[in-house]
Amino acid sequence: MADKKKLRVVNNKTPSVDGKGLMQGRSFYTDDLAAPNSLVIKMLRSPHAFAHIKSIDVSEAQKLNGVALVLTYKDVPHVSFSRAGQGYPEPSPHDKFILDEYVRYVGDEVAMVAAIDEEVAEEALKLIKVEYEVLDPVLDFETAYENKSVIHPEDGIKEMFPIGFDPKKNVAASYEMEVGDVEKELRKSDVVVEETFYTQAQAHAMLETHSSNARLDEHNRLVIYSSTQTPFHMRRIMATTLGMPVSQIRFIKPRVGGGFGGKQAFHGEFFCALTTLRTGRPSRFVYTREEVFGASYTRHPMKISLKIGAMKDGRINAIDCRSLSDTGAYGEHALTVFMIVGSKVLPLYNKVDAVRFGGRVVYTNHVPAGAYRGYGAIQGNYALESTIDVLSEKLGMDPKRVREINSMKEKETSPIFEIMGEGTKGTAMIMESCKLPYCISRGAELIDWKNNYPRKVINDHKVRGYGMAIAMQGSGIPFIDMGSASIKLNDGGSYMVTVGATDIGQGSDTIISQIVAEELQTTVDKVLIYSSDTDLTPFDCGAYASSTTYVSGNAAWKAAQKMRARLIKEASQYLNVKEDEVEFDGTTFTAKDKSVTLNDLSIQWLYNKDLHQVSVTESYYGHVSPPPFMAAYAEVEVDLETGEYEVVNYVTVTDCGTTINPMLARGQVEGGVVQGLGMACFEAVKYDKKGNLLSNNFLNYHIPTHKEIYKLTTEFADSYEPTGPFGAKSVGEIGIDTPPAVICNAIYNATGVRVHSLPITPEKILKGLKELKK
Amino acid sequence: MKVSFYLNDVLVSYDVKPHEYLAATLRRNGVKSIKVGCNESSCGSCTLLIENKPVMSCSVLTASVEGKHITTVEGIQEEAAKLSRCFSNEGADQCGFCNVGYALVCYALKKEYKNPTDEEIINYIVGNLCRCSGLYSQLKAIKAYLKEE
Repeated sequence: MADKKKLRVVNNKTPSVDGKGLMQGRSFYTDDLAAPNSLVIKMLRSPHAFAHIKSIDVSEAQKLNGVALVLTYKDVPHVSFSRAGQGYPEPSPHDKFILDEYVRYVGDEVAMVAAIDEEVAEEALKLIKVEYEVLDPVLDFETAYENKSVIHPEDGIKEMFPIGFDPKKNVAASYEMEVGDVEKELRKSDVVVEETFYTQAQAHAMLETHSSNARLDEHNRLVIYSSTQTPFHMRRIMATTLGMPVSQIRFIKPRVGGGFGGKQAFHGEFFCALTTLRTGRPSRFVYTREEVFGASYTRHPMKISLKIGAMKDGRINAIDCRSLSDTGAYGEHALTVFMIVGSKVLPLYNKVDAVRFGGRVVYTNHVPAGAYRGYGAIQGNYALESTIDVLSEKLGMDPKRVREINSMKEKETSPIFEIMGEGTKGTAMIMESCKLPYCISRGAELIDWKNNYPRKVINDHKVRGYGMAIAMQGSGIPFIDMGSASIKLNDGGSYMVTVGATDIGQGSDTIISQIVAEELQTTVDKVLIYSSDTDLTPFDCGAYASSTTYVSGNAAWKAAQKMRARLIKEASQYLNVKEDEVEFDGTTFTAKDKSVTLNDLSIQWLYNKDLHQVSVTESYYGHVSPPPFMAAYAEVEVDLETGEYEVVNYVTVTDCGTTINPMLARGQVEGGVVQGLGMACFEAVKYDKKGNLLSNNFLNYHIPTHKEIYKLTTEFADSYEPTGPFGAKSVGEIGIDTPPAVICNAIYNATGVRVHSLPITPEKILKGLKELKK
Repeated sequence: MKVSFYLNDVLVSYDVKPHEYLAATLRRNGVKSIKVGCNESSCGSCTLLIENKPVMSCSVLTASVEGKHITTVEGIQEEAAKLSRCFSNEGADQCGFCNVGYALVCYALKKEYKNPTDEEIINYIVGNLCRCSGLYSQLKAIKAYLKEE
């Protein structure tokens, strides 16, 4: 185990390697790099929630001066795929075609136009004549199962392995598991509570809209720049779907302006590829903000019902969780998001004698759902952690105490880890690092739980309520997610690091540079990093599933260790001494009275003597997925006359192992918390009765601003994960998990009103207050 | 039509359509530091300064800036570097897409107000959205920047 106190770069305040350049406007986002004179791509989108295209006439559009290409379903390969952007084989159904004769939500793709500029492209869209046979849409996910409207009646769609896919019944995936005998344990319990919660669709709202562009290089290979989290998966999926060799496609991920899961999947990439392949001309496709809201994907809305049984002393016997998830028109991440409702939530209470989880993921005619930070955990956490408070009240116990008694501790485990993976069987693991008890007690101190819980009266109509919740996440997907890193030595003694790890703004380029600098006893400015490019960097699964610090970070650490060993070996040969006699302090190799600098050797090896390039490559995949843990508390001031409330202070204490970069870790936690607060308090994707999206811009879909965020109190537990790079676990997603439950509990403690659906709006609180008065 | 204006104190002249907006004109002519996040003046990513006042350039007709002084981040490189240091110190920098807009709006705020209150700061910057940071650390960073000489 490395001694955290001796770390000089890791766990120290280090500015982001790209922070200054980006603030100064260096332009390396996808559309900044589009080739000059690229054809502009625009999409004709469905005005109907569900329809069959009876006829489509593009002849007028094709004739318009400046139009280079028009594509309909008749012109593209009819090969089903999943946009999800996952490993192979995907746990998501192959239920999507590049273009199709069915349209399944308002905004679904009908026809593509590529033209010399935006105005011509827009004009051409108006000239396309489509005759639709309008079908009955399914717009309420509770009526989707076995509905007479079948959203995917077509042939040629499939599951890659059994995921409970049953499209004739509108089921994208289903899952059931049970440990012990839940019914028996519930009967034995002194107290049983039963609650049902609804979570809404949430929009990622990353500031850079989906963007991609394509060109042919001098070898006539297809080069695609894409604002993506998964360049290597994209290359594979595109090659398979278009029937091209992988070798003919290069994906480059430049700077990405935020992802949060929203850029794990395909958006415009296929259309850029087809346009450039068929015309030979460069092309670009930049989604409008309206398209990002209405034609990409959202978080899965869910209905979650929980039964929890406990004994009088507070010990929880059994948890029974039934869920229904709405995947919208396509089943991207249908099963995996659904399973995480159980697998990254229920193990928090690992002392139960029985636990059951199951239900279905159904298709509807809404904008598809897909990967979004938190990925099932936020939905499950809202339901479970709210129900734990209901249980605590019925037991007459402090909810903090109930969590202390029942929650996961270090060196413990849960049978769920082995049973539930991501679409497949999971991996058994012991919690080598779990400071959850500290997180709970430290958070309570910071919010002064002892004196404040459950409420403080401010005046005759204002009350402050205090609420809490705990959470866990994972660190990558064991045995499935792989990252790799190459390091080469430059003359002058700097290192070039190439990684497939995908920096999407979370700061992975910085933390990987820190890991390499720490191991090679150098400074971050001597580590040059490049990510990610399918031609130039080694493979990485991409930025998802809280994997980058743990999986890609471990790969970089292994590569740096290998580089260190290689340098010492080669220096020993130069100095003509034994390897174990050589000391290396990052700049000089010393053995007894002999020494040589890295700078001198690096120049000699390239120009003078024993000429060769020193380089190494290493890969890593997890054998476990060590969860980070968190305890969160909030102080919420509620106006009893209007139902309006303010989150006065949001306290988190996180165990993510070693924080590789304490400031970036803080940014991840706080950024997650604020997105979670958005979902808890006001963000909601809304449709009208015909399935038209109403929340399709930043005025109708409000995200948190400086006006709503008051104080965030963010601390980290002193923790060390023995399998992580320098003791680190993940920190990208856990921040988003707690706000819905914490706010729900705080509002209840302030008002006596428990809101069972998100977002928790003043209207719902006021309605509850009126009912209480009756 | 031809429109001429001062871009970071240099007189430039562009051929534009009468209905073209400034963000589009500038990006088309290679000023890629301007970012377009919504194209309907509700996110602030395309902020630049016209006569030292921050505006969202996706909704300003290029034809309307004839003869005016426009400042983009290229014109305030040192100030942007200072704000970046403050963002780093507080853990407020992430994807960077909103950063250029922040650099310009914070610089304008610094020039316009001597010792702004929190409320004045928030009212000034609230049109610049950020989806990555927790906003709280960003506000602390901006306050530190405003105190710098």
